[in-house]
Amino acid sequence: MSLRVLRPGLLTTVQDRGRHGLQHLGIVPCGAMDGVAHTLANAMVGNAPGEATLEITVLGPELEFERETLIALCGAEFDARADGRALPANRPVLVEAGTRLAVRRALRGARAYLALAGGIALDEVLGSRSTYLPARFGGLEGRALRAGDALPLAQDAARISAERYARLARGATVRDGLRTVRWSAPSLTLPDREPIVVHAMEGRHFGRFQPTSQRVLFDAVWRVSPDSNRMGYRLAGPTLTLAEAGEILSEPTCLGTVQVPADGVPIALLADHQTTGGYPKIAEIAVADVPRLAQLAPGGTLHIARCSLEDALGLRREAGRRLQAALRAVSWEYGR
Amino acid sequence: MSEKVPKPLGVLPLGDAAAYVEFSDSLDLVVNDAVQRLAAAVHARALPWIRDVVPALGGLALHFDIEHEALPEAPLQAAALLVDECLKQGLPDTAAVGRALEVPVCYDPELALDLEELAARLKLAPEEVARRHAAAEYRVLMMGFSPGLPYLGGLDPSLAVPRRATPRATVPAGSVAIANMQAVVYPYAIPGGWTIVGRTPLTVFDAQRAPPSLFAPGDRVRFRPVARAEFERLREAERSAS
Repeated sequence: MSLRVLRPGLLTTVQDRGRHGLQHLGIVPCGAMDGVAHTLANAMVGNAPGEATLEITVLGPELEFERETLIALCGAEFDARADGRALPANRPVLVEAGTRLAVRRALRGARAYLALAGGIALDEVLGSRSTYLPARFGGLEGRALRAGDALPLAQDAARISAERYARLARGATVRDGLRTVRWSAPSLTLPDREPIVVHAMEGRHFGRFQPTSQRVLFDAVWRVSPDSNRMGYRLAGPTLTLAEAGEILSEPTCLGTVQVPADGVPIALLADHQTTGGYPKIAEIAVADVPRLAQLAPGGTLHIARCSLEDALGLRREAGRRLQAALRAVSWEYGR
Repeated sequence: MSEKVPKPLGVLPLGDAAAYVEFSDSLDLVVNDAVQRLAAAVHARALPWIRDVVPALGGLALHFDIEHEALPEAPLQAAALLVDECLKQGLPDTAAVGRALEVPVCYDPELALDLEELAARLKLAPEEVARRHAAAEYRVLMMGFSPGLPYLGGLDPSLAVPRRATPRATVPAGSVAIANMQAVVYPYAIPGGWTIVGRTPLTVFDAQRAPPSLFAPGDRVRFRPVARAEFERLREAERSAS
């Protein structure tokens, strides 16, 4: 069975937890920009964390369900309607065959993840279903969804959906005609108010920047530029300059690396980041804060707070504990 | 064990989920050889909490699987210890790291988009530029920028030219190009600012193929000049194989 795409939205791609172990061949990790929301969405519909979801960006798609399907929309808050009725977010919803789901504008945050019980039945490419747009592979033909696409779902998705929803009987309810549950998962990555605070360590080349650049990195309010994408966010603000101009030998980069090209506008590298880069690295964003950064839409603002490696590891442990607690609660609702 | 192997300068944090083993901040083929050998040694240990071992020009990155149960409490220190152990045990020989690849290249000016311009700049015949380009033995120093794109060291110094002032919006797949002291092969059509001296008929990157990448770090590469007719024949053979 399949999911019909009536309207693709701004940028809707198939993503999972990424393509790992191949960076030595220049192969980019990809994966959900907000891995926390992706994992929660999968858990809501009873999927393993490795199943693919649809990453919906700022302006969502309109989709038609061929059969009854258990779905969950997690992450950014969208104006989403199932046959005109407001779709409850952050919880499982069993939509009927023929339902049209219209995901309109993001109200808060930039990216939501639509999980479908049984997952998306596309072949893995190099160990992942994540779409890598620049080299056009993974996901659905290596591209964003288009109107007219039929996204393949698990063959027995309708049966899986009904069985899983039956297991949620304890909390089941009907809201505005939609079969859902009385509970919801917490939003762990949505910005409360801007500028959001993102923690970062000094990068390898921090000391090469002018003292004023070193200072303003942590003082300024940065704005996500319109020319930002899944590869990275360009951060508009004060121009950052090296104390002495010079070439840097290309070296490996990672998720959260903040590099500064010659124009002085820093770029925070995200899911589709290149595996190596030749620009000086002024900072490294704590991995725990990357999903929250990824929820900023262009125009969103952030403050970069200096932290140590120990702080970053602490943030990661804390984020891990919060996610695990949320996942345990969902497991309990599924009677596990 | 009398050979002098360059030692890393340090094991530094690369964010909180990776380490960078720094050898040098300038390009040196002897140093890169040590980087490749250490990468092979670390890779061979197949530690479950190290997800990626990425050799680069002057050092290597170790990316951690931060969700793996075997991830040590202090991964950076554990990574430093691991590097020490590998060095103490002795690194694999250069010959055991990477493969020997022969890559056909056609230097026909229709494919070698910048060959004539480069030859004029160097005051050499295009055939001589091609000859010098194909005479060298290259090594894949690093893969990066795009999936399957090798940075090759070993270019004849007489061919070293800076990058072009204006990059091309699209460089055809398989283009073999040079800049400074390196060569690259474009895995698919992407923008690029290097000087194009030839084109290989081989498919450089195909995500659906195993292995997806023609090149891997540490490979020793020779370019074999082929005439246009053989280029077309090999290209056709590659197409029908995929």
